[in-house]
Amino acid sequence: MISDKHLAQLIEAAIFSSSTPLSIKKLKEKLLAQYLVPSIKIKQTLASIQTDYQNRGVNLVEVASGYQFQIKAEHNDDIALLSEEKPQKYSRALLETMALIAYKQPITRGEIEDVRGVAVSSHIIKTLVERQWVKVVGHKEVPGRPSMYATTKEFLDYFSLKSLEQLPELMPIAKSAITDSTMQDIMSKSTQVSQSIETETKQ
Amino acid sequence: MSAELANQFLKNDEGKMQQQVLPFALIRGEAIIEKPQDLFIPPDALEVILESFEGPLDLLLYLIKRQKFDIVDLPIAPITTQYMSYVELMKGGKLELAAEYLVMAAILAEIKSRLLLPKQQVEEEDSDPRAELVRRLQEYEVIKKAAQDLDDLPRMERDISAAQAKFSESFSYKIREADVDLADLVGALQAVLKRTKAFEHHHITREGLSTRQRMSEILATLQQVENQNFTAFESLFELSEGRDGVVVSFLAILELLKENLIECQQAEELGQIHLRLYRGSISD
Repeated sequence: MISDKHLAQLIEAAIFSSSTPLSIKKLKEKLLAQYLVPSIKIKQTLASIQTDYQNRGVNLVEVASGYQFQIKAEHNDDIALLSEEKPQKYSRALLETMALIAYKQPITRGEIEDVRGVAVSSHIIKTLVERQWVKVVGHKEVPGRPSMYATTKEFLDYFSLKSLEQLPELMPIAKSAITDSTMQDIMSKSTQVSQSIETETKQ
Repeated sequence: MSAELANQFLKNDEGKMQQQVLPFALIRGEAIIEKPQDLFIPPDALEVILESFEGPLDLLLYLIKRQKFDIVDLPIAPITTQYMSYVELMKGGKLELAAEYLVMAAILAEIKSRLLLPKQQVEEEDSDPRAELVRRLQEYEVIKKAAQDLDDLPRMERDISAAQAKFSESFSYKIREADVDLADLVGALQAVLKRTKAFEHHHITREGLSTRQRMSEILATLQQVENQNFTAFESLFELSEGRDGVVVSFLAILELLKENLIECQQAEELGQIHLRLYRGSISD
């Protein structure tokens, strides 16, 4: 048997020591294997640690692949002053590719290109794979058997999300700048073709 | 930012197009004096434009949003000339990109030419190319917005910092020893040996059993186990091989344990002994 206090301290120390988020499963099977602590108990302990940390500069946060300590959001700007490096900015091409993979996965490179209207550079896919945000999850059964890409837990971890459902909702088509009414507009103009022809001839 | 940049270039060149000052058309009762100037992009600005826009759909979306551009009012000749001059320019450089803009020009030209032709009575089989273009533009717009939203999400390095404690320099992760006593292993061996007696016969096989070969066989067997789950100790023995075979297998298992290639676990006292491929220490 392990006391509640001992358990809480062990879990707290383990999460602090880990460079990646720690899952309940890993805590149970690796850290606490000898104590035979049930998952529910570990979960309760994590919740109590979360409460303990509420008023501290650091919070215990659950992300996709487990638990991790994070600097409290409101202090980030100040803490950032200590950093020598500027956070990386990502190109629109990379963000659009990532958004397509996140929202439309599993998706092939060709399908990404269809939506974006431009070729996807190998460099972007390589960067996304190297950062472990996307991975090949299979091959589409069409000629050429292209790879199908999907996002990973590391992708969710990076954005501090627990699941894909937490991604911002896609903009409804109705809000598009090119709405049906624009379309109607274009259509109605085709009745004014004669006028258009006049335009052409006057030029 | 990209739009503004493009805008500057677009405006800079307005002078070139100013010859069309006369009112040249009446559209829905309104006198049209100026043609949309936007679509003409000076070739010199090409590189900037291409960097500002993520392709022809993005450019078209920008033009439509500013309501300076209507598919019906599209002047084909200047656009085509313009696009062709891009392609000339890009022969040395990004030919792929030029091709994409060229396809868009062709689509626009097709739409325009269809609008100018008298309507045919016969229902055409192909769908309206404008509908397809609008669908693609909408689809692209949704993803463009999603990409911006994604960029706005708080993320590691920029908005979120993970807190981590440092270890003292003398700290090192523990390599977990096999949890099984030698005595338990021997006990398990005896149980297997006992069962081999039932299979024992007196044909003497001349073929020597190689411990190395057996090690590879056991490794291969363990590798086949899905998810690298544990395999029962007993199942690694081929009882029909008799005593010698069992001893060789046991030696092979000991050798593999020694070399840290497999690991051994016993869930409870006097319980089943299980083996699996070595998966490293807690630090992985």
